[in-house]
Amino acid sequence: MKQFLFVMRRPPHEGIGVRESLDLLMTVAAFDQPVRLLFLDDGVFQLKSGQNPECLGAKPIVPLFSALEVYGIEELWVEEESLAQRGLRPESLILPTRGIKRGEVAGLVASADVVVAC
Amino acid sequence: MGVLHLVSRSPGESLALSQCLGRAGEGDALLLLEGGVYAALKDSACAPCLHESMAGIAVYVLGPDLAARGIAADEVLEGVVRVDYAGFVGLALSHSPIQSWF
Repeated sequence: MKQFLFVMRRPPHEGIGVRESLDLLMTVAAFDQPVRLLFLDDGVFQLKSGQNPECLGAKPIVPLFSALEVYGIEELWVEEESLAQRGLRPESLILPTRGIKRGEVAGLVASADVVVAC
Repeated sequence: MGVLHLVSRSPGESLALSQCLGRAGEGDALLLLEGGVYAALKDSACAPCLHESMAGIAVYVLGPDLAARGIAADEVLEGVVRVDYAGFVGLALSHSPIQSWF
């Protein structure tokens, strides 16, 4: 067993990178490897409520995040400073998350065996 | 006829906005689109800088890109004008040249 940490730093609706990362994440989880997600910087916008990419002709990404629980992925970490700098609060996100301070990120990363940048 | 500046990258992943604002002239217009619309969030860290630049520059934001990203009208910095695709065309016609920043 290896502890995986997926680090999302990119904003949504810019290509298919995030969708592919989630495919990889679910594959890892399907092989019963423990997975955590960490949202940093513009990655926190992935979880913003009220998104409507259909108006751009794009597929919604929110259902993919909502499906994470089915895969047993319950550890969604969001850096509090990234939220605050963007005027967001944990309540404005689509899923329950765990807050982490910038100074604690290093510890979370160090505790992983594999880190995947998304 | 002022210049129309197009900023399509989020301030969190690119310096395009601040680099644009540093070079924009009095009477120019700025349109935020794609990831660039995140700069229009009134509670974000870059709001003061954008607000300050609005003294000399008209700032617009593309409505469909706001909607896609879940940014409601009351989350947008006051004074930033929301335009639709037809408004984008209108801005392109009424300004020259057009400079993209990404």
